[in-house]
Amino acid sequence: MKPAPFTYHDAQSLEEALALLAEHGDEAKLIAGGQSLVAMMNLRLAQPGHLIDINGIAGLDGIERDGESLLIGALACHADIAGSDLVREACPILADAAGHIGQYAIRQRGTIGGSLSHADPAAEWPLMAILMDAKIEIAQPSGDRRTVEGADFIQSIYTTDLGPDEVLTRVRFPCVERDEGWAFKSFARRRGDYFIVAVGATLALDGAGRVSRLRLALGGMEVTAIRLVEIEQEAIGNTPDGDWIEHIAAAARGAGEPADDQHADAEYRRELACVLVTDALAEALNRSGRG
Amino acid sequence: MDKVAFRLNVNGMDHDVLAEPRKLLSDAIREDIGLTGTHVGCEHGVCGACTVLIDGKPQRACLVFAIQAQGQAITTIENVTGEDGGYSPLQQALHEEHGLQCGFCTPGIVVTMEAYLKENPDPSERDIRDVLSGNLCRCTGYQSIVKAVQKAARRMRGEDTEVA
Ligand SMILES: Cc1cc2nc3c(=O)[nH]c(=O)nc-3n(C[C@H](O)[C@H](O)[C@H](O)COP(=O)(O)OP(=O)(O)OC[C@H]3O[C@@H](n4cnc5c(N)ncnc54)[C@H](O)[C@@H]3O)c2cc1C
Ligand code: FES
Ligand code: FES
Repeated sequence: MKPAPFTYHDAQSLEEALALLAEHGDEAKLIAGGQSLVAMMNLRLAQPGHLIDINGIAGLDGIERDGESLLIGALACHADIAGSDLVREACPILADAAGHIGQYAIRQRGTIGGSLSHADPAAEWPLMAILMDAKIEIAQPSGDRRTVEGADFIQSIYTTDLGPDEVLTRVRFPCVERDEGWAFKSFARRRGDYFIVAVGATLALDGAGRVSRLRLALGGMEVTAIRLVEIEQEAIGNTPDGDWIEHIAAAARGAGEPADDQHADAEYRRELACVLVTDALAEALNRSGRG
Repeated sequence: MDKVAFRLNVNGMDHDVLAEPRKLLSDAIREDIGLTGTHVGCEHGVCGACTVLIDGKPQRACLVFAIQAQGQAITTIENVTGEDGGYSPLQQALHEEHGLQCGFCTPGIVVTMEAYLKENPDPSERDIRDVLSGNLCRCTGYQSIVKAVQKAARRMRGEDTEVA
């Protein structure tokens, strides 16, 4: 199908994009990579009267390190993040997850800012934002910035904390520590499809080989990705071995309240969570410099 | 909605286009510029038939509005040739390996793989299958396409130069 008519605006600055959003209100939509929005417009699931293109705004696609953080601009595309040496070094799980998004051509255009704003429940970036306690930076109509935690930003299916007159500008991720292991594991029916269940994990050990920090998040078990906070806390001080992994994976099976849908029923999702957590922890342990 | 005038650079040539902003790049290439090698299958990014290069990167022409592509270099299948104006190594290998039947998916696959082999001249079979997952083919069953891409990659690296 073909999209409904709209007026096109080619914003050249953040100020211009914010002013256009303020002027056209609910009628307006930003377009970044268009890899979700144009598909929805072609299907007439979205019919914005005004389309505000932000691709012409300079400086929104940068990837840089700032001390112990990695800053990724909203317009950085999945392929650039997946291929970035800086990301591979500072927070490699992000590069790995980005390489799992859709297909090669989709990754050349789709952006991190667009993916987070779109908030598909089976998308990689919302899971990463929740796993890593990302700080989402947002430009407000006044020009002021505000920052929201990943878990507060992603609210529900296709629902975020973003106001209709705001622009997501940048995401701040913590760098992983030296010797901190990590793994991203997902299951989809075909390579590149949105995942049915996915797991993100990071694992840091102390000098005695005990867990000093575990981050564990699951996607596909609820309307948003979930952090397994209790499991993370209980893990501190444990000695990670095969039994430990089995124990955590069994606990992860009971996480969240998965629903039956056309892709998989709840029990299948629980089984996937268990299997993927097992694989993810084994891999994270291997990478932790201990394994 | 009124039509607007803008210019597209396709295969190194400028084209003046008069179209509504909602015109998809895939439709502008086929209808306004008259290059019908870029195919249109699903119009929501899934099948890969419409893939073109924008500034050298393979992208879905059905998920870009033509007006957005002003000032960028668009390359379509019509511009893919070998050095002598004949088949490119990839096209030659697809021909030899029976990597196409009806040919509907072929332009998208060729354009995508031409760009990918520049990025990764020595891909594993798994890498090739991963990239190929973005292009649906209803005829070949993919085996012959994978073989052709492997063969083309070898030849482009200077190995296995004998042409059947
Ligand atoms: C075939 C196919 C397969 C895919 N598979 C996957 C997959 O496996 N995993 C996955 O995660 N994604 C997948 N995607 C989606 C892809 O990752 C998109 O790139 C992403 O969802 C949206 O990013 P975008 O830049 O294209 O945003 P757009 O489509 O341009 O925008 C999406 C929404 O975000 C808003 N928006 C965009 N940028 C901003 C901003 N800076 N500030 C505020 N609002 C903004 C827009 O107004 C719009 O509402 C797939 C897409 C396709 C077509
Ligand atoms: S027509 Fe563009 S991907 Fe199918
Ligand atoms: S050759 Fe017919 S769809 Fe691929």
